Amino acid sequence: MAKMMYRDAVVSTIAEEMERDENVVCLGEDIVGGMGTPGGPEAIGGIWSTSTGLFGKFGADRVIDTPISESAIMGAAAGLALSGKRPIAELMFADFIGVSLDQIWNQIAKFRYMFGGKTKCPAVIRMAYGAGYNAAAQHSQAVHQILTGMPGLKVVMPTTPADVKGLLRTAIRDDDPVIFLEHKALYGVSGEVPDDPDYMIPFGHARLSRAGQDVTIVSTGLLLGFCEAVADKLAAEGIGCDVIDLRTTSPLDEETILDSVEVTGRLIVVDEAPPRCSLGADICALVAEKAFASLKAPPLSVNPPHTPIPFARELESAYLPSVDKIEAAVRKVLGYR
Amino acid sequence: MQLSREALLRAYRQMKVIREFEERLHVDIQTGEIAGFTHLYCGQEAVAVGVCEHLDNDDKIVSTHRGHGHCLAKGCDVNGMMKEIWGSRDGLCKGKGGSMHIADVDKGMLGANGIVGAGAPIAVGAGIAAKIDGKGKVAITFSGDGACNQGTTFEAMNMAVVTKAATIFVFENNHYSEHTGYQYAVGTSGDIASRAEAFGMKVWRGDGTDFFSVYETMREVLDYVRVPGNGPAAVEFDTERFFGHFEGDPQRYRGPGELDRIREMRDCLKNFRKSVTDAGLLEHADLDALDAEVLEAIEESVRQAKAADRPTAEDVLTDVYISY
Ligand SMILES: Cc1ncc(C[n+]2csc(CCOP(=O)(O)OP(=O)(O)O)c2C)c(N)n1
Ligand SMILES: [Mg+2]
Repeated sequence: MAKMMYRDAVVSTIAEEMERDENVVCLGEDIVGGMGTPGGPEAIGGIWSTSTGLFGKFGADRVIDTPISESAIMGAAAGLALSGKRPIAELMFADFIGVSLDQIWNQIAKFRYMFGGKTKCPAVIRMAYGAGYNAAAQHSQAVHQILTGMPGLKVVMPTTPADVKGLLRTAIRDDDPVIFLEHKALYGVSGEVPDDPDYMIPFGHARLSRAGQDVTIVSTGLLLGFCEAVADKLAAEGIGCDVIDLRTTSPLDEETILDSVEVTGRLIVVDEAPPRCSLGADICALVAEKAFASLKAPPLSVNPPHTPIPFARELESAYLPSVDKIEAAVRKVLGYR
Repeated sequence: MQLSREALLRAYRQMKVIREFEERLHVDIQTGEIAGFTHLYCGQEAVAVGVCEHLDNDDKIVSTHRGHGHCLAKGCDVNGMMKEIWGSRDGLCKGKGGSMHIADVDKGMLGANGIVGAGAPIAVGAGIAAKIDGKGKVAITFSGDGACNQGTTFEAMNMAVVTKAATIFVFENNHYSEHTGYQYAVGTSGDIASRAEAFGMKVWRGDGTDFFSVYETMREVLDYVRVPGNGPAAVEFDTERFFGHFEGDPQRYRGPGELDRIREMRDCLKNFRKSVTDAGLLEHADLDALDAEVLEAIEESVRQAKAADRPTAEDVLTDVYISY
């Protein structure tokens, strides 16, 4: 075990996989940082420090600093993947999927199926998502519900440095396209990470981060920590919460959720994306369909409102699910009837 | 063509407002009181002002993430802008937009923009509207040396030509897109205007640190685009940004002494002062008086921003259709 930050788990996993497989290549804006400047390559690196040192180690052919051209970055990832490479493309902010969506949605996601299974498309698309920086409407969004709804894509949302390591390695070695969503507010979080150079976490296996008998709380990313705080607080009152970190939204670990709800009879889904057609709606429907008899209260989803993300501190914190809102939701399902 | 004394004073004042607005933000941001990402326009003032001094409220501009200068030059209220950046409830966008999304459509300012390359297509639409209305109005998009590499910018240039939109593509080449040099990222050996030319537009070039170069170039560009039927045009201004890409950028990509050199040699305010006083058009005292007045105006805007009402949780739910 080694202690490292979430962001360092990203870089070290990429470096290890590039070392192991020469077909792995990276591309993205400012991932080298300093190209064409007096300071020179790696003068500064990318804004999240998630590619530090890669250029020096692997060179310009495999660490490709691109112009601001998200559509071409994703298209190039598609072409690389169809040509025997294993691209890891970075979107600096998840919000920029808007510029590149066709290549992700109509190309990368669909090749294997449309081509009758005659090709694979081993592209990893990494992106920084999430609110908490007052970066306003176009730099704060959680985009997983859009991408989870797209057949052909696997969608990964690690919460801890160890999960970054295990899930990113699985993503890079996977032959299907994988969306890898990194929460900006977690980049600086440290945690123990296994040293095993083949440490992998299979997709579709959620992690139980707190165990209890009374309420099931499903979440991932930044908000998972909020859910844990609520669970810890309620544990002191004798209320037990299962807190489930989804890890991947596609595939979805239905079994872990259903097993938990069968015991607790109560479900809360805590999600950073807006409420319509959301993870919460999806999982509440799943539970209503497959664990109806176990339910002691209607399943509940905690989301931001159906609005764009506002700028001012007061507005953004009112917008986001908070510890208080999650606690109130837990008490509401506990108090049902 | 000689500018009147009033016009010269006004142009200087506008540039100075932008300069002091940004210098003050640079200081206030260090205190941690201002939230979010802020990209300062210092160094490029001559471009915004040299362009916008030709425009009225019916001419439209579309801006970028580095938008404060464009907004101020287009007539957005200084106090309303400062309040917005401080996230106040009575900021220009009620604290909902912040630095990257300041807009004032009544002033013909169609928004700063957090998405690089998003502005150019919007200016094509506004330019088509101007063409349809037939009153000789124009729509101007500001794009950086980074934004010029975005597919949206290419599409917009071609579509403006095809539709004969009254659109002007103003490229501000400040040599960097974030941490990347334009010589690396702009494949035409760093030359942006030649691209626009290849799309079939008439193009101009000017010195974006010299107000007079920008102003005179823009007069020609506007004389051309305001003629019904002529269609779009493009202009590239070579300029400098004095601060980091965003506040907090350690700028290790710069060369030794680069910042001192550009502040010394390529400061549009210094250059303006020198040329108007050397030519005997204005006295130092005229400009000193404006400097003092502007400093006080900025101070006042900060006072107002600090004292202004803060938004509340209910404000999250206004100004949007909510069906849930
Ligand atoms: C679509 C999109 N891609 C990337 C970014 C991140 N980003 C913001 S500004 C910027 C550099 C823009 O450079 P340039 O167009 O030269 O403008 P300047 O910052 O020099 O004013 C980048 C990469 C973004 N905001 N939007
Ligand atoms: Mg630039």
